[in-house]
Amino acid sequence: MAAEEQLTSTGYIQHHLQNLTFGMHPEHGLGIAHGAQEAKDMGFWAIHLDTMFWSIFLGGLFLWVFRKAARTVSSDVPSGFQNFIEVVIEFIDNNCRETFTSKNNLVAPIALTLFVWILLQNVMDLVPVDWIPSLAGLIGIPYMKVVPTTDPNATFGMSLSVFALMIYYSIKVKGAGGFFGELAFQPFPKWMFPVNLFLEGISLISKPVSLSLRLFGNLYAGEMIFILIALMYSGGFFFGVFGGALQWAWAMFHLLIVLLQAFIFMILTIVYLDMAHQHH
Amino acid sequence: MENALLYIAGGLMLGIGAAGAAVGIGILAARFIEGIARQPEMLGMLRTQFFIMMGLVDALPIIAIAIGLYVLFAVVGG
Repeated sequence: MAAEEQLTSTGYIQHHLQNLTFGMHPEHGLGIAHGAQEAKDMGFWAIHLDTMFWSIFLGGLFLWVFRKAARTVSSDVPSGFQNFIEVVIEFIDNNCRETFTSKNNLVAPIALTLFVWILLQNVMDLVPVDWIPSLAGLIGIPYMKVVPTTDPNATFGMSLSVFALMIYYSIKVKGAGGFFGELAFQPFPKWMFPVNLFLEGISLISKPVSLSLRLFGNLYAGEMIFILIALMYSGGFFFGVFGGALQWAWAMFHLLIVLLQAFIFMILTIVYLDMAHQHH
Repeated sequence: MENALLYIAGGLMLGIGAAGAAVGIGILAARFIEGIARQPEMLGMLRTQFFIMMGLVDALPIIAIAIGLYVLFAVVGG
């Protein structure tokens, strides 16, 4: 933590909620922000370096692990590692088969990527709050948030990509006219098409927004509660032990939430892509 | 004075979000148990669907909790 400021509870919380922001500050030029106000002054085009690093690192880790499993596959004597990877792939495969009714070779890899990548990012939330930011502080990095999915930029990035795929496949399967017709000519009769467009437009836009904010809200609330419980460690021995027990209990519950949210993101993506492929 | 309003705002967000979530999940759980009572052999499948639906129903209240906690703890002090 910064040595210059007096460390209050609010200061601790705000420190842990601040991303490592790199951008063009109107006064200080190109550089890393040293405070929430500076980060805000950098505007829209500032980049959260910690989110980018951890999400790309975990994506690379996922690719490396699965590629290693694919390379060393053996049908006679499967190792425990191979069995585990096969369980994951079969799980995704079953979900895709049950939910996706058309033919598209890209849906299962998308589902696998989304599920495992989001799961890995969410699991970073279970690392105790202070460990990695303290290590980063030792080498001079002022802020480090290790859970990319608590950054709405990351979750919106994923859900807007899914949205783009939805629109691409809708237009590819139904044609631009068919896609527009689906938006404008139902559920009310054709001459009421402004009403139809309004309703269907809201329904269309709410999909990526809710997909992203659901993941963000769950993970942000979880991380916030971890930080709040971590405040107890400064309250003496008994509070410290009680805080440790509470962290453990919340981590147990949060493990369920982490798995569930990754799974829901994946299932909803498959459902939306399925809806994009439907004629009627 | 503005701190008082922020506390009230945070409290309302948490409370109303919790009420919505409780009602929604209560209805969902009631139908789940009813389904099990009718067909006990469907327990596994119903349980999977229950958790999926719970994740969806919980989404907006949890967003409200996240923003409420943020207001209560990070906005109030600074």
